[in-house]
Amino acid sequence: MVADEPRFGDGGGPRDADGPGRQAGTDGGVAVDGEVPVIAVRGITKHFGSIQALRGVDLDVRRGEVVGLVGDNGAGKSTLVNILSGALQPNGGTILVDGKAVTFGSSLEARRLGIETVYQDLSLAPDLSVWANIFLGREETVKGPLRVFGWLDRRAMARSAEADLERTRIRIGSVSSLAGRLSGGQRQAIAVGRAVAWGSKVILMDEPTAALGVEQQERVGQLVRSVCENGVPVLFISHNLPQVHKICDRVVVLFQGRVVANLRPAESSVDEIVAWITGAAMGGARSGL
Amino acid sequence: MPLRLPSALTPSGSVSPGAGPEGEATPTRAAWLNWVDRTGDFWIVGVLGLMVLVFGVLAPDLFTRASWLNTSQYAVEFLLLAIGQTFVIITGGIDLSDGAVLGFTGMVSGVVMQSMLASHENTLFTTIVGFAVALALGAFIGFVNGYLITRLKLPPFIVTLGTLTAIGAAPSLVNGGNEIVNLPPQIGTLGTATILGGWIYATVLIAAVACVIMGLALHRTRYGLRTFAIGSNNVGARRSGINVNRHLVMVYTVSGTLAGLAGMMVTANFDTATPVAGQNDELSAIAAVVIGGASLFGGRGTMLGTVVGTFIIALLVTGLVLVGVNGSWEQVATGIIVVAAVALDQVRLRLAER
Ligand SMILES: Nc1ncnc2c1ncn2[C@@H]1O[C@H](COP(=O)(O)OP(=O)(O)OP(=O)(O)O)[C@@H](O)[C@H]1O
Ligand SMILES: [Mg+2]
Repeated sequence: MVADEPRFGDGGGPRDADGPGRQAGTDGGVAVDGEVPVIAVRGITKHFGSIQALRGVDLDVRRGEVVGLVGDNGAGKSTLVNILSGALQPNGGTILVDGKAVTFGSSLEARRLGIETVYQDLSLAPDLSVWANIFLGREETVKGPLRVFGWLDRRAMARSAEADLERTRIRIGSVSSLAGRLSGGQRQAIAVGRAVAWGSKVILMDEPTAALGVEQQERVGQLVRSVCENGVPVLFISHNLPQVHKICDRVVVLFQGRVVANLRPAESSVDEIVAWITGAAMGGARSGL
Repeated sequence: MPLRLPSALTPSGSVSPGAGPEGEATPTRAAWLNWVDRTGDFWIVGVLGLMVLVFGVLAPDLFTRASWLNTSQYAVEFLLLAIGQTFVIITGGIDLSDGAVLGFTGMVSGVVMQSMLASHENTLFTTIVGFAVALALGAFIGFVNGYLITRLKLPPFIVTLGTLTAIGAAPSLVNGGNEIVNLPPQIGTLGTATILGGWIYATVLIAAVACVIMGLALHRTRYGLRTFAIGSNNVGARRSGINVNRHLVMVYTVSGTLAGLAGMMVTANFDTATPVAGQNDELSAIAAVVIGGASLFGGRGTMLGTVVGTFIIALLVTGLVLVGVNGSWEQVATGIIVVAAVALDQVRLRLAER
């Protein structure tokens, strides 16, 4: 069970900053026509009481892509991520994984398909150690007779947790310190490290860099690229538009629960993205679509 | 009070502004937090030591075998409750019903054993059935608690208060409210048997074994880790694939089962099943757990702390009796210690969040 789940990479840190050029990536490997999206949604709707959070959202994430999802506060980004991660159930629409319609009764079901999430609230247990947070829900047990009692292999988990965090290149100190004792940025690093370690199908990141300093944002950006180039696409939510513009292959703009634009950073400027986020671009020219 | 409350880690808003580029806490802050963490685990050991010292000076009789036997025998009664309660409180819940479950299971199993003896059953077999009845009944009541809490999404405080009220009266209805004294001889033997040259009651040994097993389960197994996770971040635990509802039902079921075992221990201690057994014991158990450093907000607690907390309360009772103070002062003292423990918990929380 636990041991069977795939874990990302085998020791290698994130790729070098100037690995494959961005331009080459955008033109070549992305959105090959006819390729089935790794994960897609069609006509997803979700309301909370009278609040209509999502009004029929379509979105594709393909292999080799980092897709940016942007929009104003309350546009519905987190709601969409929570639906894709199984934490919330939509009121209507379908989710397709590798072209097959699926429904997620819980986040466990999404996780079993290799969908990993960095939640906006990080979803960490402050009273547990860093390694326990990384392994929560798929703890490693010792081999041997104590296994039947679910006896934890703490040392093994601490060791792999260290390797996972190594990849985020943010210093945590000790993996046995309590998550609640760490700074906001360090906590974010744990959540990112956890998602990267376990995600094998797609990784959803809801503002993974909000608490990070400039240098750390940069590192997470590199990490996202390297994860994607290793075959796991990323849905990346952020309010840091220059970064979104820099690292994403495609930028999807949500506006009041609808997708209003699907842009390629190579063809659209940051200002253009801003115009779509604020709604200014919708006045006349719908050329962006 | 101890209803579920959100955990200390709140979402995006709580980004620590002081986090520099490396995002590391300053050494002094780290050292301070470390100290706070450590004292949280060990200050109660100091309190226990101090109490032994003070009572020992005031009443040297404290250091006799008889006094130790008394104290430890009394401790067994709510130590077993406190073990289950430790798990419950770590999940962020509370079990107010376990004292009542103790009394109820003791009486029901007493009635069963009495009637089996009346039809000339083998006494050993009768004893075994008596134990089985108490444990099964305790487990069932605990299961019902857990079921109501998770399926109807009712606060643990309300559900277990309801159970306490509902079955609290039951022991007085069973057997017309009379004590049951016709019990198999094995029960009486269990209550008086000692090991280690007469220093440890068999019942104390049983409680100690339960304590070690459950302590290892709490601190060394997946089950224990998930217990902490649920209390620390319920939503997060759900998202990480833990079946939170099933886990909680299990935790309350175990708490009920241990209360059933405690019911048998009390019956053995007195060689009598009595309808007043267990009354208010849940409060002593909760007090022991909280004194032991567990947080009523969930996510924190240790089995060792619970044991120390249990002995603090047991020692208060024996000590005050030995010193010749009216036994009711024990309740006053327990109350003060509990408030002090919770206050310290809050202070630590606030310090940690600064
Ligand atoms: N659990 C909930 N109950 C009620 N309303 C909700 C809930 N979650 C989200 N909403 C509402 O749904 C809408 C979309 O919220 P969502 O969190 O998806 O926005 P967002 O795009 O992630 O915003 P932000 O950038 O601030 O994170 C908002 O109007 C919000 O108030
Ligand atoms: Mg959001």
